[in-house]
Amino acid sequence: MDVLVCVKRVPVTGGRISLTDDEQDIDTRYLGFTVSPHEECAVEEAVRLVEAHGGSSTVLTLGPAVAEEQLRDAMSMGANRAVLIEAEGPGWDGGATAAAIARAIGDAGVEYDLLLFGNESADAGGYQVGIRVAHLLDLPCVTGVKHLEIRDGKAVARREGPGGFEIYEVPLPAVITVKEGINLPRYPSIPGRLRAKKAPVERLHLDAPQPGLEKIRLRLPQGRDKQVEILGDGAAGVERAVEVLRQIGVMPP
Amino acid sequence: MNALPDRASVVVIGAGIVGNSVAYHLARLGWRDIVQLDKGPLPNPGGSTGHASNFIFLVDHSKEMTEITLDSVRQYKELGVFTESGGIEVARTPERMEELKRRMASAKSWGIEPAELLTPSEVKELVPFIDETVILGGFSCPGIGVVDSLRAGTLMREEAERLGAITINAKTEVLGIDVEDGRVRGVRTDAGDIRTDVIAVCCGVWSPRIGRMAGATIPLTPAVHQMIDVGPVPLFEKTVGEIEYPIVRDVDTNMYERQHGSEFEIGSYAHRPILIEPDGIPSIEQAAQSPTELPFTKDDFDPQMEAALELFPDIVGDERVGVKYAVNGLISLTPDGMPIVGETPEVRGLWSVAAIWVKEGPGFGRTVAEWMTDGCPEIDPHASDAARFYDHQRTKRHILARSAEGYNKTYGIVHPMEQWESNRDVRLSPFNGRERDLGAVFYETAGWERPFWYGSNEGLLDEYGDRVMPREAEWEARWWSPIINAEHLAMRDRVAMVDLSAFAILDIAGPAALDFTQRMAVKQMDVPVGRVVYTPLLNPAGGVKADLTIMRLSDERFRVVTGGFSGMADRKWFVSHLPEDGSAQLDDQTSAWCTLGLWGPKARDVLGAATGDDVSNEGFPFATCRWIEVDTLNVLASRISYVGELGWELYVPMEQGGRLWDVLWEAGRPHGVVPVGIGVYATTARLEKCYRAHGNELELEFDLVEAGMAGPAVKDEDFIGRDAYLKQRAEEPAAVLCTLTVDDPTSASGVKQRYMLGREPILTRNGEPLVDAKGRRSYVTSAGSGPSVGKHILMAYLPPDRAKAGEELAVEYFGERYPVTVAAVGSTPLFDPSNERLKR
Repeated sequence: MDVLVCVKRVPVTGGRISLTDDEQDIDTRYLGFTVSPHEECAVEEAVRLVEAHGGSSTVLTLGPAVAEEQLRDAMSMGANRAVLIEAEGPGWDGGATAAAIARAIGDAGVEYDLLLFGNESADAGGYQVGIRVAHLLDLPCVTGVKHLEIRDGKAVARREGPGGFEIYEVPLPAVITVKEGINLPRYPSIPGRLRAKKAPVERLHLDAPQPGLEKIRLRLPQGRDKQVEILGDGAAGVERAVEVLRQIGVMPP
Repeated sequence: MNALPDRASVVVIGAGIVGNSVAYHLARLGWRDIVQLDKGPLPNPGGSTGHASNFIFLVDHSKEMTEITLDSVRQYKELGVFTESGGIEVARTPERMEELKRRMASAKSWGIEPAELLTPSEVKELVPFIDETVILGGFSCPGIGVVDSLRAGTLMREEAERLGAITINAKTEVLGIDVEDGRVRGVRTDAGDIRTDVIAVCCGVWSPRIGRMAGATIPLTPAVHQMIDVGPVPLFEKTVGEIEYPIVRDVDTNMYERQHGSEFEIGSYAHRPILIEPDGIPSIEQAAQSPTELPFTKDDFDPQMEAALELFPDIVGDERVGVKYAVNGLISLTPDGMPIVGETPEVRGLWSVAAIWVKEGPGFGRTVAEWMTDGCPEIDPHASDAARFYDHQRTKRHILARSAEGYNKTYGIVHPMEQWESNRDVRLSPFNGRERDLGAVFYETAGWERPFWYGSNEGLLDEYGDRVMPREAEWEARWWSPIINAEHLAMRDRVAMVDLSAFAILDIAGPAALDFTQRMAVKQMDVPVGRVVYTPLLNPAGGVKADLTIMRLSDERFRVVTGGFSGMADRKWFVSHLPEDGSAQLDDQTSAWCTLGLWGPKARDVLGAATGDDVSNEGFPFATCRWIEVDTLNVLASRISYVGELGWELYVPMEQGGRLWDVLWEAGRPHGVVPVGIGVYATTARLEKCYRAHGNELELEFDLVEAGMAGPAVKDEDFIGRDAYLKQRAEEPAAVLCTLTVDDPTSASGVKQRYMLGREPILTRNGEPLVDAKGRRSYVTSAGSGPSVGKHILMAYLPPDRAKAGEELAVEYFGERYPVTVAAVGSTPLFDPSNERLKR
């Protein structure tokens, strides 16, 4: 089966996020780049499906030329092909992105059996692109999936609902947006990285779209500072540590 | 969190391995009211210690670095945080196999045992996962290991606390440093101000920023060192503890690999130099990991992955083994590759302890603490002295250029004479144009371009034939020319002109100039005006701090002339001892005066032809100086010599140098004058005369008695180191500086003559190392041709029972032993032992 995974280049966070002076973007001077954990799982899922069922996996991103890095990362985890829709500038909201991806899929002439997305991006968190692509291509869509099986040409997708699971069976081709936890993604191997480095990346160029949404500015939420409390040294700290572990419910009282 | 004290005897800024070591040793040496600050949290404040690989290789060609490293290992062992794993440097090329032999020699010179060269299959036995077909062999030191540097730091802080010596304030950021009259007065922090007279800047990559707060330059640049961790490695499933297999340095690819629990760490110094602005480091809050763990730039590392795959296919080629952690870790690089340690020359009380790696941290911590306490570090840190830099060496462009150039030499095969390529032609003497016209080959000293030999002298090669001791082996022919030895012989036969403008010239003047100079120098300085005194300077422990000449120019003015290499450190030594009341002042005249040496049996004929003044032996005796008129120039002529020939150092203002050169050149022509380079001045002529050089024979770790420089009497006046010196004179020396000659330089493995370059071990003819009563090994302090004596000359400190003329010993060079014989004990020269040529 042929699986397409869509990913988005986002800054690695972990430290305090700061904004550029014009408040339009995150200041990435000190940051590396990655994809969201959901998307990392989507790549892993695609690779596993192909390992199990044969076929090929393609990773696609829409973003700046440097987003090639994320495509190669996915290839070093085992994705077979990569497509970069080079798109700079503002205006790439969920709608424009989805339209561009849908068009690229249509133009590619590949009949994908399955389109995987992360449930939402790590930076904008719009929850838009997967659903919109499904709509544009007139495909069934299941979101928030944490378990996926392909059985008899159908996708069986499980998502967590209030108080239980929801299980959907959809015909292929289908769009599935996955959530972190669906699998434990592998670390890229060195041979994988070296293969990925040499693999071709297919490039498409798109002009900036008419923005549907206008970004006025970003604002940092009132953050809570991380607090570290030393509970004690060595054996002397055990009692307090146990107490805290009980408080947060990871040890029986 | 501790309340911040409002005063401290010393503030140690930084709680990485360096700051912790400094604080710990200060506490052990009796300091109290120490305050230690770090802007990060403990135990890992986020500096380079936190991401260090923590392994320690023992052998460096630099004695200073090796001694510091060995001291660190002793301390880590004492703290119980050292795990011995062994380590192997592997060779992929024949050139590297030769280099490994040279490292083996350094291991013997510095007393590191066991150490051995291994065949590929012997390497494989120790490191079963290596592909031994890729390598030609290895150099193994079983004493190599890894440390827990964060734990060591914690233990050190705890000990300082137990002694009641210290208040530690983490998460406290330094905002400013108060300086009054060039002295540290206090530290301002976000938690309050502290009054103090002493600050130790142990801030790693942030040190330049902290130094700048006080107005001092700490010339280092943060740079990226990439490493990755891969795992879990199925082969390491059953290993116990942190490390079981030796660490491998794949030096030809500038990489290292080590097992780390069930993982495998791959580090690299091979990628392009990635230098970071000190202000380009994220704050603790901004950093995704720690401020010194920057985002990994994958493209830079790809070639290293391929190299690792070649050497360790079973691990690195395993698809199940993933890259779990990858970082661009920040480390500190300096323009000459050495640490920056000691009181800064700009600000009294501001000490830099920077550009130090985990393997050196505790050693430098102890050294600096001793230095701060009584001025007497046991290990001589002169090559790391923070005072060594000239102004141009503190500029950003210089720091970046040289640090970048040096980066890929981290594991390189670096020839002892290897020259820098970047930022040359900074300091040019007024003779430079003339020297270029004569085909001079320039080597750099402290920014000065000095002719090492002259292409125009090539014709002398025919004149002297085999007496120039030609070198067949590429290694010692590299950065060398037989013309040097031809120039040497021509100087001894005729007369030479030598550009000595790289001298540092320091004038000491004022009513207390005599008292001050007297207090600094070992030799009697209350001499008539016009005398030139060659004297050592000692530290309080009687170690040799410097050797230099001092001219008495008038009752209240002395002119100190010292080598370019040590000029700035020597200046700092004088300046820090100047009287507080200003009754003696130091004026740096280095850039005002150029110097031309004129030496050789015909020197008097040449100078006499150019001057009407009396230059006869009676009229202008040895070891005197005076103003003479040469053509239309007033020249300060000083009749001394470092080459063992009759002649003068001639000083004129820089802008008149060209004229002086031309006048002497014309006057010299009838006498066959030759331009002579520093190859002769600093090596061949010096060694034939057994003259000592600072940094080679002379350092804090040897005394004047051992160096054979103790005169018949000691002056009555007090001077720094006098008590120690008297004590040394009363005891039998533990070693005696001797001059040896190579009996037969023929290599056993071929027909080639081999010529040692220095730092090789001196052994018995059976290959046993020589160790003196203080535990010091005998090694070659200086080596070079002696064209006039027809021998290759070595200098070495030998235990007294070996210091006998005619004693037969050996030197190890590239894995072979060569017979040598002690030719002279003490300072008796090999050439012209009665110094007739000097004094006629």
